[in-house]
Amino acid sequence: MSTQGAGAAAAPTPKYTKKDFESDQDVRWCPGCGDYAILSAVQKSMPDLGIPRENIVFISGIGCSSRFPYYMNTYGFHTIHGRAPAIATGLRVARPDLKVFVVTGDGDGLSIGGNHMLHVLRRNVNLTILLFNNRIYGLTKGQYSPTSELGKVTKSTPMGSADRPVNPLAYALGCGATFVARTVDRNIQHMEEMLKRAAAHRGTGFIEILQNCNVYNDLAWNVIYDKTSKLAYELRLEHGKPLVYGPPDARKAVIMDGVTPKVADVKDVPESALWIHDEKNVNAAKILADLFAPNFPVPIGVLEAIEAPIYEEVMLEQEQRAISDRGAGSIAKLLVSGDTWKIG
Amino acid sequence: MSETAAPVGAAKARRELQRAVIRFAGDSGDGMQLTGEQFTTESAWAGNDIATLPNFPAEIRAPAGTLFGVSSFQLQFGSQRVYTPGDRLDCLVAMNPAALKVHLRDLKPGGLLIVNTAAFEKRNLDKAGYAQNPLDDPALAERYRLHKVDMTGLTHKAIADLKLDTKEKDRTKNFFALGLVSWIYTRPLEPTLEWIGKKFTKSADIAEANTRVLKAGHAFGETAEFFEEAYTVEPAEMAPGLYRAMTGNRALAWGLLAAAERSKVPLVYGAYPITPASSVLEELAMHKRFRIRTIQAEDEIAAVTAAIGASFGGAIGITCSSGPGIALKGEGIGLAVTAELPLVILNIQRAGPSTGMPTKTEQADLMQALYGRNSESPVVVLAPATPGDCFYVAYEAVRIAAKYMVPVIVLSDGFLANGSEPWLIPDPATLPPIDIQFRTEPEGFFAYLRDPATLSRPWVRPGTPGLEHRIGGIEKQDVTGNISYDPDNHDHMVRTRAEKVRRVAQEIPPTSINGPATGDLLVVGWGGTYGSITAAVERAQAAGKSVASVHLRHLNPLPPDLGHILREYRKVLVPEINSGQLVRVLRAEYLVDAVGFNRVRGLPLASEEILEDINQLLGSKA
Ligand SMILES: Cc1ncc(C[n+]2csc(CCOP(=O)(O)OP(=O)(O)O)c2C)c(N)n1
Ligand code: SF4
Ligand SMILES: [Mg+2]
Repeated sequence: MSTQGAGAAAAPTPKYTKKDFESDQDVRWCPGCGDYAILSAVQKSMPDLGIPRENIVFISGIGCSSRFPYYMNTYGFHTIHGRAPAIATGLRVARPDLKVFVVTGDGDGLSIGGNHMLHVLRRNVNLTILLFNNRIYGLTKGQYSPTSELGKVTKSTPMGSADRPVNPLAYALGCGATFVARTVDRNIQHMEEMLKRAAAHRGTGFIEILQNCNVYNDLAWNVIYDKTSKLAYELRLEHGKPLVYGPPDARKAVIMDGVTPKVADVKDVPESALWIHDEKNVNAAKILADLFAPNFPVPIGVLEAIEAPIYEEVMLEQEQRAISDRGAGSIAKLLVSGDTWKIG
Repeated sequence: MSETAAPVGAAKARRELQRAVIRFAGDSGDGMQLTGEQFTTESAWAGNDIATLPNFPAEIRAPAGTLFGVSSFQLQFGSQRVYTPGDRLDCLVAMNPAALKVHLRDLKPGGLLIVNTAAFEKRNLDKAGYAQNPLDDPALAERYRLHKVDMTGLTHKAIADLKLDTKEKDRTKNFFALGLVSWIYTRPLEPTLEWIGKKFTKSADIAEANTRVLKAGHAFGETAEFFEEAYTVEPAEMAPGLYRAMTGNRALAWGLLAAAERSKVPLVYGAYPITPASSVLEELAMHKRFRIRTIQAEDEIAAVTAAIGASFGGAIGITCSSGPGIALKGEGIGLAVTAELPLVILNIQRAGPSTGMPTKTEQADLMQALYGRNSESPVVVLAPATPGDCFYVAYEAVRIAAKYMVPVIVLSDGFLANGSEPWLIPDPATLPPIDIQFRTEPEGFFAYLRDPATLSRPWVRPGTPGLEHRIGGIEKQDVTGNISYDPDNHDHMVRTRAEKVRRVAQEIPPTSINGPATGDLLVVGWGGTYGSITAAVERAQAAGKSVASVHLRHLNPLPPDLGHILREYRKVLVPEINSGQLVRVLRAEYLVDAVGFNRVRGLPLASEEILEDINQLLGSKA
């Protein structure tokens, strides 16, 4: 049985276009919402996955972001708040032949569903998670979220929030995630690239998508939307390439000073001291996850991609072993096994 | 009276009994569960009908000698149908003062009381709160047939030459008790000897010690003068066939395995450990060969939602817990209701609220099962009556869930879960078919197109070309499945989901009535109280009372003939281990003046007390 997600069907996968993945439902996000761009990028990248449409399933929780499955012409299940990772785990265990995507929000995935997020990542279930991070509760009309910055003034926190935000990338890495990436709703091409990489990953592929909620938290990610600031702060991660960023006339490098990252002018850093990005280096990824403007750049791209045992594969392997060692189960035999006695 | 055995020549006289109720009680470390289980096996070999009641502390390693650290195992065995583990004891074995203190009140006056004198020393007496040694009180020997046996000392003597340390030797004394009581009640030792042989293959010394101590206990009964009588209990007349001992939780697990095999659909079981439900997960995890996939989830919510995800994928999703965990699953169950996916939820009820008494039984989650979710959220509710019945109910739950695309809650309880009975092994071929048809035809497909007979919607396995569709928790238009906020559609869907559950009544066979079809009193029960109620009702019938009983397996929907049956009796009594839940349902549903009999002690109902209530109700009939 294939556990990779590609269809076991003998027929060749049809040549799809983006249109094949658009459902007949009217999209109901607010005009200008970043979710539209994400939807478009996902639909565009689907044909390149080479997976028959019927073998693709989108599972979501609750939130604006979680409306996503309705708009995809694949199988889809819009479930309950925070539980999509658990539902997707059950689905993968039942159906390891399917390609499963989880769509969640910062509230859905990191607040009410934070525990499931931890466990799906540590189990390394073979699926792809798209976490739309708009740093706000969109659907419930604008309360602060677990990724909102400390002191965030919202309807539920008129004097500013009192709790420090969680960093989705650092959280995912701390949970033992095997693939962690970040992308931005305003960069369709990069989103597509990340989606394809995450989807091809064996195990849980986790992508944080910085998303704009133009109604309740407009420009929360302006640091990488605004042209000049983007140029100043966006750090494109590329495996095997040094961590350098910034405008051509003021290139900067992130380097390690002992065990502390720091920013230096590229011209002052000898080539041997440059930090070369290595997706296999989990410790390095954990440092990268914490970098952010204004003191550091904003890393975009794949922070980490490693291999680890996959939960449902181990489970199926045990099942196969049990069957090959002792034969398939038979209830008739089981019922009369062990101590029995005859009457009459 | 001397404690040393004086050999006597002739075998002693044996008196025939119809039934006996025995309880082994001791410290949690004294091996009382094992002793009781082995005695049960021996009695099964002897051909008796049996019912058991294990009772152990919630603490894993309760401090030795304390009252709350007492563990016990009770069984009733007989030459006639045995419905319950018995109310009052014919024989109590107390391995220490705490066990005596906790359990003595259940021993019948004149009952057989066997104590291990070695344990009645200062420290243990203090811990049990005895200022004086109760064995020295002459009243004890007057009230009961007291036998003081130095089990620890005799055990050590029997194995003095074996190279085991004192602790290891001490630990075998439960086999002395087992041997002795086996002698008193003429039980065959073979099954226990066989069991020892199989169990202790790693340590020949321990196997030898247990064997010798068992035999020593047996020989002690034979030779000690003070056992003035011994008993036999003839084989019961039971339906011919092959039997095995069955506990409720194992029966649930095996019922699921049978359903998986028959339906040819894989089973995904999500659970989070909780007493007394965990053993179902553990049992299923041993049977991977049946393609049952068990997920030990991170919590109860993940357990139920993983099961729902599996059902969405075309497997049968099952989850299992006890009250507190079922409470957490509520939102998930609601999703399965509206997504109209099959789901089986096993609730092994325990005493609550909150943590309550985890190892004690109760049946107070009926209202939770019927109504314990937000909004109009009807589900099918079934309840097994005996440990062995759990097999059939689990199987039936899967069959109904798949046929009607609906969640089914099974209400078992701690008493059924751990209790065991001799179980006539069924031929799996005689079980009703579970015929699952996944929709594959795209032509004319809609996600909520309904089968006219069952109202169930089509079940589609993702991976089926041309049937790509989306479902979810938002209200949808009937037939198309598209999101809909239309008021009339919502009203229609609420009614349709309820009607679908009501249609399950088609599956319910005519209600069987134990007793006359019309009369003075009908006793209505459900779940694990079957034995207590039946025993009480049959005694009332034997005394010439006009009483019948009905035991409900289907709690939602209720059997279609129930309303009619209820009206055939002048009075209706509903015994439950809760403060009156089914009785409310019956009163609301049928406008009958049913009255409750309610005890919520964490224990099975005493049939003695039900009988008193029956007599009282009938006495006041004029
Ligand atoms: C059990 C439960 N509690 C609360 C809600 C209300 N609720 C729906 S979505 C949401 C927050 C969504 O925030 P996020 O996940 O960030 O999604 P966004 O709308 O921002 O995309 C809340 C609190 C709910 N649907 N279910
Ligand atoms: S509320 Fe915000 S996140 Fe939700 S649809 Fe509108 S813009 Fe998008
Ligand atoms: Mg959000």
